Amino acid sequence: MKKIRLTVQILFTILTNGYTYGFLSGKIYKGGLKYVCVPGLNCYSCPGALASCPIGALQALLNQRDLRVPFGALGFLFLFGSVLGRFVCGWLCPFGLVQDLLYKIPLFRKRKTLPFHKYLKYGKYAVLLLLVCVGSMFLFTGFAKVPAFCKYLCPSGTLLGAIPLLSMNESLRAQLGGLFYWKFGVLLFIIILSVKNFRPFCQYLCPLGAVYGLFNKFSLVQIHWEKERCISCKACEKACPAALSVTEISRSPECIRCGKCIDACPTKCLHFSRRSSVEMPLMRRYERKG
Amino acid sequence: MNFWKTDKRYIGICGTILGILFLAAGAAQGQLGVIWKKAVMICMECIGIG
Repeated sequence: MKKIRLTVQILFTILTNGYTYGFLSGKIYKGGLKYVCVPGLNCYSCPGALASCPIGALQALLNQRDLRVPFGALGFLFLFGSVLGRFVCGWLCPFGLVQDLLYKIPLFRKRKTLPFHKYLKYGKYAVLLLLVCVGSMFLFTGFAKVPAFCKYLCPSGTLLGAIPLLSMNESLRAQLGGLFYWKFGVLLFIIILSVKNFRPFCQYLCPLGAVYGLFNKFSLVQIHWEKERCISCKACEKACPAALSVTEISRSPECIRCGKCIDACPTKCLHFSRRSSVEMPLMRRYERKG
Repeated sequence: MNFWKTDKRYIGICGTILGILFLAAGAAQGQLGVIWKKAVMICMECIGIG
């Protein structure tokens, strides 16, 4: 599972950032694929990006002068969330992959969560509400509304967008100021934290993770727990990078469906399923009757 | 009520359908065009300049 996930993460990142000409020329892709959003946090100003970022899209619609319900972006979020939930975070997000790779670096004593995790985990909902929604609707620079999350926080924009573009464009480099150094500092802080802690940005700050987490309980892709086969060895809980208990796995908004619990289970009572765990005993009852 | 309690899959399916309907509504209002316009220009805020 571990190798399959890493392969999927790498292939999906390459596939969605496959505009090689952009990396060579310092320009971005301007084709029709950018009408649609990718599921993960993937800056659309990355020279290789072939599609749009769902949080960037949501902010672009909230930045409109005439305020309307941003159906276009909500559609993508509902679609990805209802089908996959936070499976997107674990398997399809390029910035998640970056943090996973950083966590593999054998430096520092590894920790799953930060101190005060039970309070800090709500940070991502605050970012979603205050920066993505309220900030994008009411924060102005002159007469223009500001995509507050992209401007002040998003490390994916700095890593995938700013660094490659600035390294190739002298005219852009000439415009660098305090805002860039702030964003670069945020990125650096998250990078250092990611070497010690498991995915700190996903756990505490990512607004996309907050949205998908709300769908986790009823998304179509689930990790199913067969309670009858469980021997309560707690191997899954020890393996879970988000420090979740077996009853919380898959249903908790914090579960990114990385599948480490599935690998760790000695009785194979955890597995990916399209059916919810409540449904399975009922199915078995019908099968027995049949 | 039992229907919803025993099979959460249907909520997921409803969410998926709602997502498709939202996308259709967004496309009808020209919102996908707004997303495209934003995405094909270098986002100065994203790269820390704007």
